[in-house]
Amino acid sequence: MAVTDAGKTSPIEAAPLPAPPAEAPLKRFLSDFADSRLALGAALLLAAIMIVAFLAPVIAPQDPYDLATVSVLDARLPPGTENFAGYTHWLGTDGAGRDLLSAILYGLRISISVGLASGVIALFVGMAVGLVAAYVGGRTEGLIMRVVDLQLSFPAVLVALILLAILGKGIDKIVIALVVAQWAYYARTVRASALVERRREYVEAAQSLGLSHARIIFRHILPNCLAPLIVVGTVQTAHAIALEATLSFLGVGLPQTEPSLGLLIANGFEYMISGKYWISVFPGLALLLTIVSINMVGDQLRDVLNPRLQK
Amino acid sequence: MSVFILRRLMQSALVMVAMAVIVFFGIHLIGDPVWMFVSPDMDQQDIEEVTRALGLDRPIWEQFGYFVLSALQGDLGTSFIFGEPALGLIIERMPATLELAFTALLMAVAFGIPLGLYAGLYPDSAVSKAIMAGSILGFSLPTFWVGIMLIMVFAVILGWLPSTGRGDTVDLFGVPVSFLTLDGLKHLLLPAFNLALLKISLVIRLTRAGTREAIHQDYIKFARAKGLSTRRIIGVHLLKNILIPVVTVLGLEFGSLIAFSVVTETVFAWPGMGKLLIEAIQQLDRPIIVAYLIMIVFLFVVINLIVDILYSILDPRVRLGDRGA
Repeated sequence: MAVTDAGKTSPIEAAPLPAPPAEAPLKRFLSDFADSRLALGAALLLAAIMIVAFLAPVIAPQDPYDLATVSVLDARLPPGTENFAGYTHWLGTDGAGRDLLSAILYGLRISISVGLASGVIALFVGMAVGLVAAYVGGRTEGLIMRVVDLQLSFPAVLVALILLAILGKGIDKIVIALVVAQWAYYARTVRASALVERRREYVEAAQSLGLSHARIIFRHILPNCLAPLIVVGTVQTAHAIALEATLSFLGVGLPQTEPSLGLLIANGFEYMISGKYWISVFPGLALLLTIVSINMVGDQLRDVLNPRLQK
Repeated sequence: MSVFILRRLMQSALVMVAMAVIVFFGIHLIGDPVWMFVSPDMDQQDIEEVTRALGLDRPIWEQFGYFVLSALQGDLGTSFIFGEPALGLIIERMPATLELAFTALLMAVAFGIPLGLYAGLYPDSAVSKAIMAGSILGFSLPTFWVGIMLIMVFAVILGWLPSTGRGDTVDLFGVPVSFLTLDGLKHLLLPAFNLALLKISLVIRLTRAGTREAIHQDYIKFARAKGLSTRRIIGVHLLKNILIPVVTVLGLEFGSLIAFSVVTETVFAWPGMGKLLIEAIQQLDRPIIVAYLIMIVFLFVVINLIVDILYSILDPRVRLGDRGA
């Protein structure tokens, strides 16, 4: 163990850097992250979006899928209208008379869940494949990277579309399609950094200690590849959310019983021509804020986690 | 060189075969295709008859062989909805999609290069910062949402441009095109811009990065010292050098334009292949889905092949690298 600990702060890495201040890593990370007001704002906004999305059943003014509270008589009310029950629809109602604010909160919950689930699964699949490719090398690596390159030559939206055309609609199916469409990005990222780490002394040290391959891969190489993986993970999760919205908008993603933001936008699209803008615009804004805030957090993470950019 | 091309050709053929296998077995995996042909009031005997007539009682390998054999002869089945050969329907709609994609490509160059050049030459000006912020938005906004907003602003609120369809077309060498009539051009503008937005952002970034790098190179300094006008330095010396990567990347991105046209065509009801695919998926018109998938993969393989070959002609290191691997 002593050997590996020494290996982690190998002299080659530590030599050109001035001695880092004795600060907790997490604290330094947080203060670095907060350097950019914009990124901090985006992170707070993202946190707020996640909280309201997951608390949707508690805080939404109406259960938009409870037929007892939804009335078709309230359909397509403009924002700020009071309905017969004396309740004000601040964002208006959609084509079926559902309170749009509530529908957006529930839709956000579905969109974010699908994005996170597919992002996390794709991350683990891609990570395992990329690590194995880099560690084993040789023909196996060549074959794996051929497949990765091949898949990356097709746009993710096309891969997902092809799969959904075959699989059909449903939450599980769209998660599968998104995972298949995105795992290769993670595999490429992990393999690139694992290739560098594999040649480091600490790996050689661990190997000469006779540690198992699995232990070397997951306990020694993986922790040093995490930074780029986290950055790619945030950006790809934003992509997954946008992709799911696109596919659902096209009518090949989620069924009407699981209305994500993409479906809400698609449902409102037919009323847009007659000037009832809010049914499409507000869910779109929610989608936009989510995607843009994730991307901004990802951008700042890339700057903070990249040691070369550290002052 | 010829060895390289031959090897790439073989790889491409392999990809096509793999794709055919995935599509064929994928579709068989999710259900017996015979249910697409029988109506609910048929009895067991009728169903067996249909199964035999379609060759679905044969071993799956034999069916696959038959599928590949007919595919090679250009027969990818007959559409359930239209009752016409699926491949013919796809090819019929291909010019509309290609016109949209080419117009978008043109827009990407026409908007992206001047904006990127400006942002690269004056990186600190407020306009440049606005351009870069816009390009970040262009990257993160979902295409379909931008399309809806374009319709809302330009078609519904302002009423300047039509929101759906292709408008009047004229035949150019027997192929109907929109861009030669005023009405067609009006219809083309919004969807093409929608499709182009992502690529405009990309070109802005590439051009800006290229400009900022080139501006400090010796040949620019030398041209300045020679007393050439700024216009000539930028227009000839600088632009020529930054265009190479931009053109290469755009060539590679052409395939993704065709893929994304599925989204744009659906939003703007543009009668291309993408819209046909989405309708086929919703109506469970399997022969069309299969024909589209085979067609799009073929298109991608061809585009990648052409780009790779051009690349290896432009940059010999690519060929050497491939041999070494």
